[in-house]
Amino acid sequence: MKIWVPMDSAAKALGAEEVVAAIRAEALRRGVEIEIARNGSRGMIWLEPLVEVETPAGRMAFGPMTPEDVSALFEDGHEKALGLTDELDWMKRQTRLTFARCGITDPFSLEQYEALGGLVGLRRALGMTGEQITDEVKLSGLRGRGGAGFPTGIKWDTVRMAHADRKYIVCNADEGDSGTFADRMIMEGDPFCLIEGMTIGGIGCGATKGFVYTRSEYPDAVAVMRRAIDIARAAGVLGPDVLGSGKAFELEVRVGAGAYVCGEETSLLNSLEGKRGVVRAKPPLPALEGAFGKPTVVNNVISLATVPVIFEKGAEFYANFGLGRSKGTIPLQIAGNVRHGGLFETAFGMKLGQIVEDLGGGTASGRAVKAVQVGGPLGAYLGTDQFDTPFGYEEFDGEGALIGHAGLVVFDDTADMLGMARFAMEFCAVESCGKCTPCRIGAVRGVETLDRIAAGDAEAVPLLTDLCETMKDGSLCALGGFTPYPVMSALRLFPEEFGAVREAAE
Amino acid sequence: MRHSKPTADEIQALIDGQMHLEGPLLPILHALQEAYDHVPEAALGMIAETLNLTKAEVHGVMSFYHDFRKAPAGRHVVKICRAEACQSMGANALSDAVLEKLGIGWGGTTSDGLVTVEAVYCLGLCACAPAAMVDDRLIARADAARLEKALEGAA
Ligand SMILES: Cc1cc2nc3c(=O)[nH]c(=O)nc-3n(C[C@H](O)[C@H](O)[C@H](O)COP(=O)(O)O)c2cc1C
Ligand code: SF4
Ligand code: FES
Ligand code: FES
Repeated sequence: MKIWVPMDSAAKALGAEEVVAAIRAEALRRGVEIEIARNGSRGMIWLEPLVEVETPAGRMAFGPMTPEDVSALFEDGHEKALGLTDELDWMKRQTRLTFARCGITDPFSLEQYEALGGLVGLRRALGMTGEQITDEVKLSGLRGRGGAGFPTGIKWDTVRMAHADRKYIVCNADEGDSGTFADRMIMEGDPFCLIEGMTIGGIGCGATKGFVYTRSEYPDAVAVMRRAIDIARAAGVLGPDVLGSGKAFELEVRVGAGAYVCGEETSLLNSLEGKRGVVRAKPPLPALEGAFGKPTVVNNVISLATVPVIFEKGAEFYANFGLGRSKGTIPLQIAGNVRHGGLFETAFGMKLGQIVEDLGGGTASGRAVKAVQVGGPLGAYLGTDQFDTPFGYEEFDGEGALIGHAGLVVFDDTADMLGMARFAMEFCAVESCGKCTPCRIGAVRGVETLDRIAAGDAEAVPLLTDLCETMKDGSLCALGGFTPYPVMSALRLFPEEFGAVREAAE
Repeated sequence: MRHSKPTADEIQALIDGQMHLEGPLLPILHALQEAYDHVPEAALGMIAETLNLTKAEVHGVMSFYHDFRKAPAGRHVVKICRAEACQSMGANALSDAVLEKLGIGWGGTTSDGLVTVEAVYCLGLCACAPAAMVDDRLIARADAARLEKALEGAA
C-alpha cells in the first residue's frame, strides 16, 4: 500500500507529520506493509493534510486528515474519502502548466520529475543559441510574475547582449506579499522545475551562476531547494557540464533576514552582496549592472518555473492561453477569510467574483464578502461591485488596482477598513528602506493622520489624500509609491468608515 | 536552540566558514545567530576586520534586518503573523490575547526568560490563517490554546 502525505509547510502546519506518525503506527499495529511517500501540495489547502492512497484506478484522496481519521484508512469506506484526486472539481478545472507536477511527484525524485516532462525543455534549449532561447521566451508572451509584469524575454535579451566577463541570474524568491504562497509551493513541491528554468535562463543569457534569494520565514523551502540542488548537481543537471553540453551552470541558495523591501530587485541585490537592503536608483538597470556590478537577470520564482513548460511545449502553446496582453496561465492564490483557500492555476481572464465566490466558496466565516485585497500589501482593495473585472494586468490597472503576485485576500463584513488602511501605512513605515522622504516620513505621518481620522477628525481626510499623492509621486520604489493603493481604495470603497461623506472621497 | 558562550576562536571559525561565498556578510550573520541565538557584539569587529569593512558598516548592515538580535531571545520564540490574510482571520485578537496573557509587548520576553513574542509578516500560510511559529514549528489556523499547547510541547 503506497500512501502519499504532503511535506508542504501548509500541510505540516495543519498536522501532516502527526498524520504520518499515526499511519506508521496503525500499519504496524495491523501488520500491513506500507510505503509512505512525500509530495508537495496539490493546492487544496482547505483539505490539507490531504492524504492519497495509490490504487489501480489512480490516487484516492482523503482529507482534511487528522490522526484520529487514520485507522479507517485501512478499512472500507471513509468519511473523509473524496474520490480520485484527479477527478476533484478543483483539479479538473485548472490548466496546470507551471504547477503540472506539484503535489504529484516526490520533490526529490529526478526520475519522477523526468517521467512527467521534466528536463525536456532544458534538453531542447541546450540545442539552441542564446538568441533562439530569448526569442522563444519573448514569443511566449511571458511577463514577470513578481508584480511589475515586465516581459521576461526582453529582460533576458538585455542581459544576453551585455558584454561582461561574468553574468548572473537571480531568482527572486522573497515572496513577502501577504496572501501569496505560489513560490513557496513550487520550491517545496517541485524544486527541479525552478532549477530547470534557471538553468535555461542562465544558458540563454550567458550567466554561469545563479542565486535563489529566499526568505528566512521559509525554512522548509530553503532546505528543500538546497537538497534538490545537490541532487541536480550529482546528476549532472547542474555543474561544469550541464547534461553533457559542455556548458556550465551553478546554483546557490541565499537567505534574507526579515526585510520585506528586499523583495524589490535592487534592494535584493544589495542584500545579496552583503549590504543594507536599500533600494538602488535606476539606471543602471540590474540587467546591465546587477549583482556584484555584473549584468544580472532578476526574475520571480513563478516566471522562472514557467520557463520549462514553454520550452517543453513551445512558446506558441503557452501564448495561446490567456487574455489580451496577459498571456498564459497564472497561479491564483486564494487566501484570507475564504472557505476554499488554496492555489488554482488557470489562464488569465477569470472574473474576480468567480474566483472569490465560485472557486473560493465565499468567506470562511459564512458572512458576506466585504472586500478583496489583490496583489499583496501594496495592492488595492476591490469591492463586490468590481467583481466583473477579469484577472489580467491591464484589466486590473483599469480599476486602479494591480494583480501583483496574484494573491487574493478575502475579508468579510466585519473587516475594519480604516484599521486596514492604518496597517498599510504602518507596514510601509516598518519596512521602508529609508532612502526617500515621502516613504520614510510619509508613512509615519499616514499612521498619525489615520489615527486622527479614527478619533473623529474628518478634516484629516483631505490631508490623507494629499499625503498619498506625495507618496505616489515622490517615492523611488513601489513600497512608498504603491502603499497609497490599499489606503485610497479603502477610503474610496468605505468613506463612511473614515467619517467622510461619499463625495469627499471621490 | 544552542546557547553556548561565544569564544573568539569559535566566532572566527564561523566567519571563516562563510568566506568562500560571494557576498558573505549575511551568511556570516546568519551563522552566528544560528550558533548563539544572537549576533554577539564581540563578533562585529572581527567581521569588519575579516571583510575589510568598518565596524560601523557591519553594524549598519546588521541593524537593517529585522532578524538579527543583539541579545539572545527567550528560551522559546513565538512568531505571530500580523499581515493582512491573517488579520482577516482574527490575527489581531490572537496576538492581543497571547501578549496580554504573557504580560509583554511585541518583541518582549517574559520575566522568567521563557518566551519571546515577535511579529512576522507572512509565513506563506495565508490560505490557512492565522499563522504562527513556535520555535521551528509552523502552526496554521492558530488560536491561543494551540499556541499554548505547542509551547508546552516545546519545553
Ligand atoms: C517593496 C517591493 C517588494 C517586492 N517583493 C517582491 C517579491 O517578494 N518577489 C518578487 O518576485 N518580486 C518582488 N518585487 C518586484 C521586484 O522588484 C521585481 O520587479 C521582480 O523581481 C522582477 O521579476 P519578474 O519580472 O519575474 O516579476 C517587489 C517590489 C517592491 C517594490
Ligand atoms: S519608496 Fe520607501 S522603500 Fe522604496 S526606495 Fe523609497 S524609502 Fe526605500
Ligand atoms: S526618491 Fe529620494 S526623496 Fe524620494
Ligand atoms: S499573511 Fe499570515 S501567513 Fe501570509
